[in-house]
Amino acid sequence: MNQFYSANETFALTPAITLALFGCWILVFDFLFVNPKQKRYFALVVVAGLIFVGIGLYRQQAYLTANGLSELTAFSGALRIDRFALYFNWVFELATLIIAIVSYNYLEIEGEHHGEYYALLLFAQCGMFFLATGADLITLFIGLELMALCFYVMVGFLRTDKRSNEAAMKYLLLGAFSSGFLVYGFSVMYGLSGSTRLTDVAAAVAARPAWDPVVFLAMTTTAVGLLFKISAAPFHMWAPDAYEGAPTTITAYLSVASKAASFAFLLRIFLGPLASARDSWEPLLAAVAILTMTIGNLAAISQTNIKRLLAYSSISHAGYMLLGLIAGNETGIQGIAVYVLVYAFMNLGAFLVVIALRRKNIIGEDLDDMAGLMYKSPGYAVLMLIFLLSLAGIPPTAGFLGKYYIFLSLIETHHYFLAVIATLYVAVAIYYYFRIVKIMFVGELTEKAPLATSFGLRLALGITGVLTLAVGVYPEPILHLAQSSFMR
Amino acid sequence: MDQHLLSIVLFTPLAGFAVLLLIPGSQKNLIKVWANLVGFAGFLISLPLVSRFDKSVSGFQFQESFDWIPSIGAHYHIGIDGISLLLIMLTTLIGFLAILSSWNAIDERVKSYYAMFLLLQTGMIGVFVSLDFFLFYVFWELVLVPMYFIIGVWGGPRKLYAAIKFFLYTLTGSVLMLLGILTLYFQYHQQFSAYTFEIADLIKLDLPLGLQQWVFWAFFIGFAIKVPMFPFHTWLPDAHVEAPTAGSVILASVLLKMGTYGFIRFSLPLVPKASVDQTIVQVLAVLSIIGIIYGALVSLMQQDWKKLVAYSSVSHLGFCTLGIFALNPNGLAGSVLQQINHGISTGMLFLIIGVIYERRHTREIAEYGGLAHVMPKYATVFAIAMLSSAGLPLLNGFIGEFTILQGAFEASHVWAAFSVMGVILGAAYLLWLYQRTMLGQVTNARNLHLPDLSLRELAVFLPLIAWSIWIGVYPKPYFELLEKPVQQIVERVRPDYYQGGAQRAAVVKPGVVQAGAAQ
Repeated sequence: MNQFYSANETFALTPAITLALFGCWILVFDFLFVNPKQKRYFALVVVAGLIFVGIGLYRQQAYLTANGLSELTAFSGALRIDRFALYFNWVFELATLIIAIVSYNYLEIEGEHHGEYYALLLFAQCGMFFLATGADLITLFIGLELMALCFYVMVGFLRTDKRSNEAAMKYLLLGAFSSGFLVYGFSVMYGLSGSTRLTDVAAAVAARPAWDPVVFLAMTTTAVGLLFKISAAPFHMWAPDAYEGAPTTITAYLSVASKAASFAFLLRIFLGPLASARDSWEPLLAAVAILTMTIGNLAAISQTNIKRLLAYSSISHAGYMLLGLIAGNETGIQGIAVYVLVYAFMNLGAFLVVIALRRKNIIGEDLDDMAGLMYKSPGYAVLMLIFLLSLAGIPPTAGFLGKYYIFLSLIETHHYFLAVIATLYVAVAIYYYFRIVKIMFVGELTEKAPLATSFGLRLALGITGVLTLAVGVYPEPILHLAQSSFMR
Repeated sequence: MDQHLLSIVLFTPLAGFAVLLLIPGSQKNLIKVWANLVGFAGFLISLPLVSRFDKSVSGFQFQESFDWIPSIGAHYHIGIDGISLLLIMLTTLIGFLAILSSWNAIDERVKSYYAMFLLLQTGMIGVFVSLDFFLFYVFWELVLVPMYFIIGVWGGPRKLYAAIKFFLYTLTGSVLMLLGILTLYFQYHQQFSAYTFEIADLIKLDLPLGLQQWVFWAFFIGFAIKVPMFPFHTWLPDAHVEAPTAGSVILASVLLKMGTYGFIRFSLPLVPKASVDQTIVQVLAVLSIIGIIYGALVSLMQQDWKKLVAYSSVSHLGFCTLGIFALNPNGLAGSVLQQINHGISTGMLFLIIGVIYERRHTREIAEYGGLAHVMPKYATVFAIAMLSSAGLPLLNGFIGEFTILQGAFEASHVWAAFSVMGVILGAAYLLWLYQRTMLGQVTNARNLHLPDLSLRELAVFLPLIAWSIWIGVYPKPYFELLEKPVQQIVERVRPDYYQGGAQRAAVVKPGVVQAGAAQ
């Protein structure tokens, strides 16, 4: 036993163990809180769990710094805790925290307050942990499935709502299909190298000639699976429906945490085993990125449901992040890191406002539900404006920094055409984001029911709002963090 | 205090904005008083810039610099030379007057209205003081959002269309400009292996002509849309017609100058080879001349008072860009001066329209006629503004246009010939407007009992009238102020100008003698 398992392994796994344990506790002790009103205490349990996870991550980070290590491997290389992994884990941590503290009020309004919800949040984050740290095809796949299974359930969490059920079914079927592609790609990689370790696969792929058909097969099938997860076109079909049907809290979580985790996974694969096949995937991903930005931005223009609109906007953001990988230089990768983080809090923030619109007997997802928000709740309207400006990438908000790095990396690698396309879509994006702004600030106030707020929601809005502005005005700490995480 | 003077000027409106947010929205009068106080204070604080500015020194003054985002090489670096000084004074004065003029015009959502103006004020000053490209870009974009709201919330019937059109046009231009900025930034890293957005560093770049041309066009899109140059001007009439009076004033007087300022401060010095490239100069000059004549012709046709003035801006700004691309001291100095002049006189014209619109709620020219009998003070003020805009000697417009024409003549006789036509047409549409609205008998009964200018309204006009007469009668201090920076730019784009080209520049008018004598 000792041969396979040591203190080192436990140390590496601490955050995942903590997440799983707290998740199980919630499942076991669900009966303690019989009254649905009391279920809200589970949000506190999640917060407590996340604090312990945070301590675990912090200790790992301190360990790396203290020993001057670049990475910490465990399970003979199946897990790799490096700054890259830790960085993404902090993003997941932030997202789960925000979602947990806004969920209790939302679920009560939806009338579906169950302990399992909180457990699923933690289990999903556990899956994300493995996606960011995994250095082995099997580990990565299991992490992906753990995360995805939790999301299938959470998307369909509103049992009595037809849309929610439909969304879950659609997401499940398409998700399973894409996982099949992914596994197929993995099996080809295994066939090439005889190993599931990313480093071994990388060596085997590098030994192959350029444009090797087998490598190409592995690359395309893996890419299909991964592009599905980040909702890049043409594999984005599930996203608008899933986003619309899911409980809004889960929509937010899906659009931020799941996307970030999938990007970690994508980077691990494309910068690891497939790095040497760059010539063959770069044009492919460039086409995908253009298509993704086009479909995301153009389809968003005509949406009347805010969740669908934000779904298409989130598709277009995936396109922007992909551009960083296409550029592929240090700036580009760093750009993805910055983008993922700023996207996390600006997109969460925008969804938080949508969550507040859901009140008893008011679905509050329609653009018109925002009409005259400025008269009713000026604070929310102004925050939404800041989030939307940030999503569009207008300085001095955080979103500009993400775009800045992506554009710079494209220029550095002489992808001028992509750069021009990407910048022009910023103007398109402003058009549909400002449809929301227009309705909030100029529209007539139609219904006077106050927004559904709670302490958690206000706190979460405060955190995301302050981060969006503060990072925009003084980004140095965040940039520093991203730089240290991605310098290789 | 002295070393932070410029920062204080820059952030006074922002501080006022922060305090304004704390005042409850129901206290309308308190909000108005506060906004006016902040505007006035902003103007007063900027006055020491003039008295302490040293004309004999070339380069930037009142500089402040410290690291802002070290990991990407962005600095908080601000400073001004003669060109920016003039534009800042224009901004602080017009900004204050715009706020003052809104006292009765705006009665809805007063708090947000003044908040937007104060935010806008900081953004505009920021554009003119930034010496770091990153900082510049942040201020450049910061201006868009308040202006969107000013047009979109307090504007006329088609306000939303006009507001988003303004936003989309300028944003498209500025993101493409961003690509140009990033190209320079990256090239600097290639040559000096350091990342910086400092203009003073980027200017050391030595780029091949081809690349310079690309960067030039990227900048061009951003600046030309803002100016706006033909054929990018279509957002302007919409924005002007729909915007509330104060919004139009700010838009015409200050916002458009951001584009011309961009050409002078960034395009010429940073990509000098492209800026003197014959194709580019020809294209820019032709577009400017088309703008001058087309703008004037369209103005002649207008039935709407405000639209007429809006199109006249296209024409006048054409002079400014023509002056810039004459690429000689007269052209450049004239262009900067004409920017100030346009700010003063077009600002006045929009204010004049605002005054009558508040009384009659229509801008149809045909609705008016003979107002001089009913509102004599008003007619006098309008006469001065109109004549200054048309370029009557002894008023400011004449000096600017004349100097630009001189510069244009030096560069090409053909340019000068065409632009003189613009001057004639300009006089035509303005005089005709005046005749149709002010002279003759009062034909419309509703105009019979209009009240004349109130004291507050008169207070708005007086500083502008005084300024326009000052420039018209005694422009020497302005040319002295512009001499050094203009000389620097000309030396940068045409290093041989002051040796070989001196003879051609020999005939200069008294005000510009210094520029010629400096060789």
